[in-house]
Amino acid sequence: MSHNKETLREIVIETAGINPRKCMKCGKCSGACPAYDEMEYHPHQFVSMVEAGKIEELMNSEAIYMCLSCFACVERCPRGVEPASFIEAARLALIRQSGKNHLKAEEIPAKLNDKLPQQAIVSAFRKYSK
Amino acid sequence: MTFSYYPGCTLKTKGKDLETYAIKSAEVLGVTMEELEDWQCCGAVYPMAKNEIATKLSSVRALVAARDKGQDLLTLCSACHHVIKRVNNDMANDQNVQLKANNYMALDVPYTGETTVIHYLEMLRDRVGFDNLKKAVVNPLKGVKIAAYYGCMLLRPSKTMAFDDAENPTIMEDFIKAIGATPVVYPYRNECCGGYVAMENNAYATKKCNTICTSAKEMGADMIITACPLCMYNLDANTTENNLPVLYFTQLLARALGVEEDAQ
Ligand code: SF4
Ligand code: SF4
Repeated sequence: MSHNKETLREIVIETAGINPRKCMKCGKCSGACPAYDEMEYHPHQFVSMVEAGKIEELMNSEAIYMCLSCFACVERCPRGVEPASFIEAARLALIRQSGKNHLKAEEIPAKLNDKLPQQAIVSAFRKYSK
Repeated sequence: MTFSYYPGCTLKTKGKDLETYAIKSAEVLGVTMEELEDWQCCGAVYPMAKNEIATKLSSVRALVAARDKGQDLLTLCSACHHVIKRVNNDMANDQNVQLKANNYMALDVPYTGETTVIHYLEMLRDRVGFDNLKKAVVNPLKGVKIAAYYGCMLLRPSKTMAFDDAENPTIMEDFIKAIGATPVVYPYRNECCGGYVAMENNAYATKKCNTICTSAKEMGADMIITACPLCMYNLDANTTENNLPVLYFTQLLARALGVEEDAQ
């Protein structure tokens, strides 16, 4: 692994705060995931790809925006691995960089409607922008 | 019974109904909700990153304010409850978060997770008691078939939320029974509505919500209840098949207690 790749891996593991090697590859997380069909990398793959240092692939995936943060994977994992935390960490590794926000303030007015609750705007910003 | 109360941003704007009916009903039940002064938005999603501190501080401020008043902290919006309860857990158990938040806030007395965070439904179950609630009902909702939509935030992760059995919860069904109605149990009641993806991908939320509403309708529900303004929005505005009326649970509570009109 190159120096950069190794650093990126360490940052993602530190952000998630979990050792990916705890995973026993049972796939329960992906079995529980309501976003499974929308993700090109599934929850269990996030865990194994972080372990293997394939962070850039995850950062460039659509899957990091498809996770619903519903915590079904966290609830069902028999090993306390929290795949959702690795997805969050991969997204943060990207959007913590300048100019890499996924949702921009200028885009908001066009998305508003009479019923849209503030909660939707606040939570999308927290997930997609830094 | 008096609680410190944390409303959150949406209950003062698009989600007013959730709050108004809750306050009116609480009065009937002898519960006073003292809104915290100067509360700040919780951020609506729990910052999962271990190295993210600043976005947890608004929750810590609310927790400290309740502690300083010597009160438990009552929440109503599912998302606020989720965020504040999990941040409280970090303040009690994650030394890194605890140290950095306290260093930054420089409180007279450091905060280490002492406050009890209690959701309105838990308050009904554990403090008022569903039996007593039943006795206070003047207008039982006889024959109304209600599907409780739990969603994610109240239940998971159950290790921290400790709200109910995450896979087979009963608190909302017990609430429905207490107000005289009939609960409808359906498979998708604790599956995600899509949440924040609605901001940029309506179709995705619609897919999730159609499955949920279809499931509730197939099991014979007349309506769905929720404790979350974003679930309410998705199940209402982003559902295109098998729509059912979606109400805040507090509106039905107020109806059963005979104060629905007063609250409007
Ligand atoms: S938190 Fe994300 S990855 Fe985990 S089950 Fe929910 S949608 Fe899937
Ligand atoms: S459920 Fe847990 S142990 Fe099983 S594959 Fe997923 S992360 Fe690994």
